[in-house]
Amino acid sequence: MIRMSGIYERVDLPASLEGGGGLALAASGGEAGGGSEPAPEVGGPGRRGSTVAAAEAPAPFAGVPALERLEMELLLEAIFRHYGYDFRQYAPSSLRRRLKKRLEAEGLSTFSALQDRVLHEPASMEALLRDMSVNVTGMFRDPTFFRALREKVVPMLRTYPSIRIWHAGCASGEEVYAMAILLEEEGLYERARLYATDMNSEALERARTGIFPIARMREYTTNYQQGGGTRSFSEYYTASYGAALFHARLRENVLFAQHNLATDTSFSEFNVILCRNVLIYFDKDLKARTLRLFGDSLSSLGVLCLGRRESLRFTTVEQEFEEIDPKERIYRRTGLPRAPRETGGGG
Amino acid sequence: MRPHVVVMGTSAGGLRALERILGGLPAIFSIPIVAVQHRSRDSELFATVMRGLVALPVREAEDKEELTAPGIYLAPPDYHLLLEPGRLALSTDEPVSFSRPSIDVLFESAADAYGPGVLGVLLTGANHDGSRGCARIRAAGGVAIVQDPRTAESPEMPSAAIASGAADRVLALAEIAGELVHRSQG
Repeated sequence: MIRMSGIYERVDLPASLEGGGGLALAASGGEAGGGSEPAPEVGGPGRRGSTVAAAEAPAPFAGVPALERLEMELLLEAIFRHYGYDFRQYAPSSLRRRLKKRLEAEGLSTFSALQDRVLHEPASMEALLRDMSVNVTGMFRDPTFFRALREKVVPMLRTYPSIRIWHAGCASGEEVYAMAILLEEEGLYERARLYATDMNSEALERARTGIFPIARMREYTTNYQQGGGTRSFSEYYTASYGAALFHARLRENVLFAQHNLATDTSFSEFNVILCRNVLIYFDKDLKARTLRLFGDSLSSLGVLCLGRRESLRFTTVEQEFEEIDPKERIYRRTGLPRAPRETGGGG
Repeated sequence: MRPHVVVMGTSAGGLRALERILGGLPAIFSIPIVAVQHRSRDSELFATVMRGLVALPVREAEDKEELTAPGIYLAPPDYHLLLEPGRLALSTDEPVSFSRPSIDVLFESAADAYGPGVLGVLLTGANHDGSRGCARIRAAGGVAIVQDPRTAESPEMPSAAIASGAADRVLALAEIAGELVHRSQG
């Protein structure tokens, strides 16, 4: 049996309900404004004759034609089975947006056509992969986070003879360089080893060069200063031909490597893991899996840093962490034993 | 049909428009309202200000937060806010039409996730964000209400949506809260 754990897996629409959704779509082409004409309900079979005005949630993804949902699932399945990249548990809304963009860029009109193209033209798959791993990042994004690192995490790191840090989903590496700068200024860089991973080898290539657009240096400089930087930011790079080349020393202790959070496992133990604004692209189950992976990859009292709008709330690992800085989403593993992993299960 | 979610978008002049509409809603208004207001990255004060003006609970959206409790969910600065069935989602994808958060991104994802259960409200603003989103809401069977540009501090955004035929209803600012209450009663 073909394993279909696509992103719409849990939708489980009865056939009759799907028909209802289609009907609602067809019927609503005209003026919907009057409000006098009762629109066809999508909730049919689930309503159990309730007369209360409580709003039944429309069927999940009621606004997307059933055929398009199927095509998108098949596309993700095909990509996974042919190329090994697993996007089936990505957060569906952002995923859809990105894939739609790819569709437009390729001049195609259906996900089936896109499937045909990415399977037969590796260059098209590479472009898709690029779209999927776009992670708009920057140096010292959220300066207050870096200030909190200096004030609350660095003192802990000082007590360690050697420091291991994992940037999970580092994209083109801006934050890795920012971290190297911070450690350098705190006198910890010598004893630190930074592991920077991403699923996209192209992004890692860029990260290794240490070359970033000069146009963003003004923004980074402001961030750096607000984040507690103690020197002149321009000391760290050489400007030429519209690019800023960061000093090689900043990557001497950095190892860039390909690693896919959706499919790969833990590979070492770390004192700090940074994974900011990556889990927002995963669905609830994949986020939970990834957090368990982080839990397993942190040393006792190891620190986990998430993006400013991400949290451990409602996840299975929540009990294993305490908050160091709730606002900046900095957590620390407590000494408590890890929750059993076998049960799997969602958030 | 009674909307399942209200999505709102506004830009220049938005604070006063939101204050007028949201302040006009009773504390028992039971449909969640998800709002994008273009603003600078630093103005995290926005939610705090709104809290002082509105009877409904106001919060800044968190990633994967469940969209069940009534109240107002604001897009945090520098993130796109999207809807998924039953929950909120954030992204740091590049700005759309120079905006992050983008109204189109919220409205389009709402149309996908909730289809006919979406009520969109597009308000004052000085750009063209939201037109595509309103069109998508309508195409998926939802309803798009656009503020009458004559009652908007910045008429460009609502005018653009109306010109592109993306509005079901065009209402004066003063009428919108009443319309929401009316529609919330099914």
